[in-house]
Amino acid sequence: MTPAYLSYWLTIFLMVAGLYILIARGNLLKKLIGLAVFQTSVYLLYIAPGKLIGGTAPIVAEGFTRYSNPLPHVLILTAIVVGVATLALGLAITVRIREAYGTVEEDEILERDRADAE
Amino acid sequence: MKGDIILRVIAKLLVPFMLLFALYVQFHGDYGPGGGFQAGVIAATAIVFYVLVFGLEAGRRLLPDWLAEKALAAGVLLYAGVGVAGLLLGGNYLDYFVLDADPVHGQHRGIFWVEAGVMLTVTGVMLKLFYMFADRGRDGEGE
Amino acid sequence: MLEHLLALQVVLPLMAAPLIVLVRNRHFAWLATTAVSYACLVMAIALASRVFESGPLSYALGNWPPPWGIEYRLDALSAFVLVLVSLTASFVAPYAQRSIADEVAPERQYLMYAMYCLCLAGLLGMTVTGDAFNLFVFLEIASLSTYVLIALGRRRKALVAAYQYMLLGTVGATFYVIGVGLLYLMTGTLNLADMAKRLQEVDELRPVLAALAFITVGIGLKLALFPLHQWLPNAYAYAPSMATAFIAATATKVSVYVLLRFYFSVFDPVPVFARLPTGEVLIGLSVAAMVTASLVAVFEQDVKRLFAYSSVAQIGYITLGIGLENQAALTGSITHLLNHGVTKGAIFVLLGGVVLRAAAPGLTVGDLSGLARRMPLTAFGLVIAGLSLIGVPGTAGFVSKWYLILGAIDRGLWWVVAVILAASLIAVAYVWRVVEIAYLRPPPAGASRSEAPLGMLSAALAMAALCVYFGFDTSFSVGGAADAAALLLGRSP
Repeated sequence: MTPAYLSYWLTIFLMVAGLYILIARGNLLKKLIGLAVFQTSVYLLYIAPGKLIGGTAPIVAEGFTRYSNPLPHVLILTAIVVGVATLALGLAITVRIREAYGTVEEDEILERDRADAE
Repeated sequence: MKGDIILRVIAKLLVPFMLLFALYVQFHGDYGPGGGFQAGVIAATAIVFYVLVFGLEAGRRLLPDWLAEKALAAGVLLYAGVGVAGLLLGGNYLDYFVLDADPVHGQHRGIFWVEAGVMLTVTGVMLKLFYMFADRGRDGEGE
Repeated sequence: MLEHLLALQVVLPLMAAPLIVLVRNRHFAWLATTAVSYACLVMAIALASRVFESGPLSYALGNWPPPWGIEYRLDALSAFVLVLVSLTASFVAPYAQRSIADEVAPERQYLMYAMYCLCLAGLLGMTVTGDAFNLFVFLEIASLSTYVLIALGRRRKALVAAYQYMLLGTVGATFYVIGVGLLYLMTGTLNLADMAKRLQEVDELRPVLAALAFITVGIGLKLALFPLHQWLPNAYAYAPSMATAFIAATATKVSVYVLLRFYFSVFDPVPVFARLPTGEVLIGLSVAAMVTASLVAVFEQDVKRLFAYSSVAQIGYITLGIGLENQAALTGSITHLLNHGVTKGAIFVLLGGVVLRAAAPGLTVGDLSGLARRMPLTAFGLVIAGLSLIGVPGTAGFVSKWYLILGAIDRGLWWVVAVILAASLIAVAYVWRVVEIAYLRPPPAGASRSEAPLGMLSAALAMAALCVYFGFDTSFSVGGAADAAALLLGRSP
C-alpha cells in the first residue's frame, strides 16, 4: 500500500536535493550532477500524474479502451533532449575551463581570477 | 584493448546488430517506444563501441569528423524542409495532411521523414561530441 | 500568404543555422546571417503593421487547430517585441564582421554566426508562440545558444561566466517548466489562450498560485530581476562584443515579454496582484535594483561591466512598471523595452569599436582616456546613448521614464517617483565618469586618431540616432506600447 502522494514527495525530495547539490558543492562537475537531478524531478512531476489507474501505454492497440495520457510523455521527451543538450554544453565548458585554469574547483578558479586581477 | 582478440571478434559480431537495432527502433516509433532520438543514440553507441575496441583512428576512417558535422546540419535541414514542403503544397508549416492524397498516409510520410532527420542529427551530435573529447587531454593538450 | 510569415519568421533563421554549418565558410556565414536578419526585420514590420491595423493574427502549426495543436499568435504586445528583436539583429549582424574577425579564432567564426542565427530563431519563436511548452523549447534554444556565444569570448573568464549563466539559466527554465506543469495539471491544456479561459473555472487556487510563483522566479532568473541578476555582469563583460550587443538588447526584453504574457493574459482571471503581494514584491525588488545596481556601476572599473550593471538597473525600471500595473506605468515599461534595447545596443556596439581599436581584451575606464581625440564619432555616440540612459528630455530614455513617473503618480506612490529621479541622478554619476575621461583626459602617449571601421561605426551611430529619434517621434514606441498595455489590461488574449 503506497502512501498517498508518494510521487509528489519523491519529486520534491529530488528537486530540493538537486538544488542543494548545485548550490553547496564547489566542484563544477558536481554542480552539473545536481542540475541533472533537479531536472529529473521535473520529469517525475509531469509523468506520474499522467498515468491513469488501469490505463495502458498510450499506443493504440485492440482490446484496450483506457489509455494513459500521452501528452506528458511527449513533453518530457522534449525536456529530456533539452536536458541532454544542456548537460553536454556544461561538460564541454567544464573541459575547456579545466584546460584554461587547470582545475575544476570553483574556489580555486576564483583564486586564480583574483591573482590575475592583481 | 586493441590486442585482445575476444573483444575484437565480439565487437565485429555485435556492431552490425546494434546498428540494425537502431534502425528497428527508428522505424517502430509509431507502434512502440522508439523514434528518432532513441535510434540516433543507439546508432552512435554502436560507433562508440567500435571506436573503444578498435581505436580512434579506425573510427575516424569509418566515419570521419566532417561527416558527423554535415549529418548534424543535414538532419535539421531535412526536418525544416518537410515543414517547408507542407507550405509549398498548400498547407500550413509542418502540415502533414497535404503530403499525400490520403491525409492519414500524409501523416505517415511526414513523421517518417521528420524522424529520419532527427536520427541523422542526433547521431551526428553524439559522434561529434565523442570525437571532440576522445582525444583531448591525452598529453594535457587539446584543440 | 501573410499568415505563413508568422511561421517563416522563426523558420528562416532556424534553417540558416545548419546551412551555415554545412557550408563552413565564414564569409558565407556572415552574408547569410545579415540576409536573414534583414529578412526577419521586413517580415516583422509587415506582420506588425497588419496586427496594429486589424487585430491579432493566429496560425495553426501543422494545421492542427488550437487548442490541440501548437498555435502561433501575434497581438500588439508580441508584434512590438518582434520588431524590437529583428531591429536589433539587423543592426548588429552587418556590424559583426570586423568585430568577430578580431575577437574569435577564424576556424570558429562560422559557428558563432550559426549560434547567432539560432539565438535569433529562439527569441523570435518565444515572441510568436502561443503554447506554453513551445515557449520553453524556444526559451532553451535561445538560452543555449547565448551560453555558447558568451563562451566564445577571448579571455578565459568568459568560460566561467558562460558556465555560471548556464547553471542559473537552466534552473530558471526548469522552474518555468514546473510552473507550466502545475498549470497543465490544473487546466489540462497548454495553449495560452485556452489556459486563460480554463483558469476561470478552477476552484482550487493553491496550485495555481504556486505555479505563478514558480514562473515568476524562473522568468525572473532569465530577465535578471534583482537579486537573481548575478550572472549578468560577468556574461556581458566577457562575451565577444557582438554577442553582448545582441544579448543586451534582446534576451532580457523577451523574458519580460513572457512575464507580461503570463501575468496579464494567462493568469488574469485569478487576481495575480490581489491574492499574492506580487505588485509590492516587484516594486520593492525593482527599487532595490535601480538604486544598488546604479551605485555599483559608479564604482566599477571595467567599462563593459559598468554598463552591464546599468542594464540591471534599467531592467529594474521595466519591472517597476509591471509592479505598478496601471495603463501609464505599463506603457512606460513596454516603451522602455524598445528604448533601452536601442540605447544599450548602441553603447555595446560603440564599445565594440573601441575594443577593436584598442586591441586588448579588457577595457577599463582608464583605457578610455582621451577617446574624444582618438575616436571622436564613437565618443559622441557614447554621449548621446549615455544621455538616453540618464533620461534627458529629447532622448528615448526620457519618454519611458516620464510614463513610469506618471504611473507612479497615478498610484499615489510619491516615494517611487523620488526613487526614479534618484536613480537617474546616480546614472548621471557613472555616465559622467565615462564622458569625463573620454573628453577631458589627454589620450595616452603615442595613440593615433583611428576611428572604428565604417561598417561598425555606421551601425552604432544609426542606433544612437534612434535613441534621439524615439525621443521625439513616439508614434511607434509609445503608440504601440500604449496599444499593448491597453490590450493586457483590457484582458483580451
